[in-house]
Amino acid sequence: MERTTLDLWVGMFVVAGLAALVALAMKVGNLGTYNVSESYQVYGYFQNIGGLKVKASIKSAGVLVGRVTSITLDTQRYEAKVVMSLDKRYQFPQDTFANILTSGLLGEQYIGLMPGGDEEMLKDGGQVKQTQSAVVLEEMIGKFLYNKAAEPEKVIVPEK
Amino acid sequence: MAATKTIRAIGHRIVDAVWRIGSATRFFILALLYSGMGFKRFRLIIKEIFSSGVMSLIIILVAGLFVGMVLGLQGYETLKRYGSESALGSLVALSLVRELGPVLAALLFASRAGSAMTAEIGLMKATEQISAMEMMAVNPIARIVAPRFWAGVISMPLLAAMFSAVGVFGGYLVGVVQIGVDEGSFWAQMQAAVDFREDILNGVLKSFVFGTVVTVIALFEGYDAQPTAEGVSGATTRTVVNSSLAILMLDFVLTAIMFRGN
Repeated sequence: MERTTLDLWVGMFVVAGLAALVALAMKVGNLGTYNVSESYQVYGYFQNIGGLKVKASIKSAGVLVGRVTSITLDTQRYEAKVVMSLDKRYQFPQDTFANILTSGLLGEQYIGLMPGGDEEMLKDGGQVKQTQSAVVLEEMIGKFLYNKAAEPEKVIVPEK
Repeated sequence: MAATKTIRAIGHRIVDAVWRIGSATRFFILALLYSGMGFKRFRLIIKEIFSSGVMSLIIILVAGLFVGMVLGLQGYETLKRYGSESALGSLVALSLVRELGPVLAALLFASRAGSAMTAEIGLMKATEQISAMEMMAVNPIARIVAPRFWAGVISMPLLAAMFSAVGVFGGYLVGVVQIGVDEGSFWAQMQAAVDFREDILNGVLKSFVFGTVVTVIALFEGYDAQPTAEGVSGATTRTVVNSSLAILMLDFVLTAIMFRGN
């Protein structure tokens, strides 16, 4: 098959298109940053997950160590069961503390892991026992108002 | 009797439209059936990729760059109000990869390459080249339509990917280089927000569907055109109008299927 400049142009076009796709995947998307293949799963029960979503990030000391893979309601305990997939490179002690935190005032919610001091490490399929629920703003305001109302009124002593 | 006349005219138009959709579908299936022969002569497809894909490259790249730059500017102005300029990267990338890349590239492709296809085939018909082929026992659908169809289907996703990539670069130029949003957070937030399968592959799938629809409409309008100068010009207009409408309507349907908030 003889070659023509037309082939060259079409070849360049196809290569540029594929390069654009790869650039999108690597530079714009998350393929370059997070590899799902080498990970292990742990789960934890939360009383209230607030606005946590599947694929929310899991951070420890601010470093991204994994993602939330599923959130379901456990009808045995009526608590949210959150499955987290963590990067194999990072091992956490068994008494790690999982917190639902918010990045910024109105930002996305993520799970923060605070490692404890246990010698044993969390295994694949293990449970994070110590968890803290998300802070729900409405609840906090409600509590604050309730406490205000419950405070004994300051008795105004009439001046004599 | 003016009322019955209007109703009759409306009914006639609707029946005509349904009729045309039916013949376009039959045409599409015929093109698929005869594309085996087109693949045997792959050179024909390459030639058509050149005239529809490569020739649309400049308009796609320039348009993508400017759309990205506008997104960068507008996004910055809006996000600044909430003090979250760092989300500019994810805004630019998500809107390009999910919507603007596939849709605008398809609209440009319809008006740049689709109209050319219609005019070419319509003129072939007007100058009786198609009947000549039939006379020589060459199937015009296998020889003319199938290569153009596959060229469009192959070119469209590539063009859309290039549009999005150049657009992100345009957003980067305005946001980071000109305005001075932090470069690290621009890329980091973008990578955190854009998912490869959910966003990028769905965008590619969208542009694939648009490519199919645009080329089928363009080829059908050309093949179906009245073999006169007037008929060809009318068919070219119809190609651009119909495929633009089809792209925008399909985009809604596809978005509703792909990105239902979960």
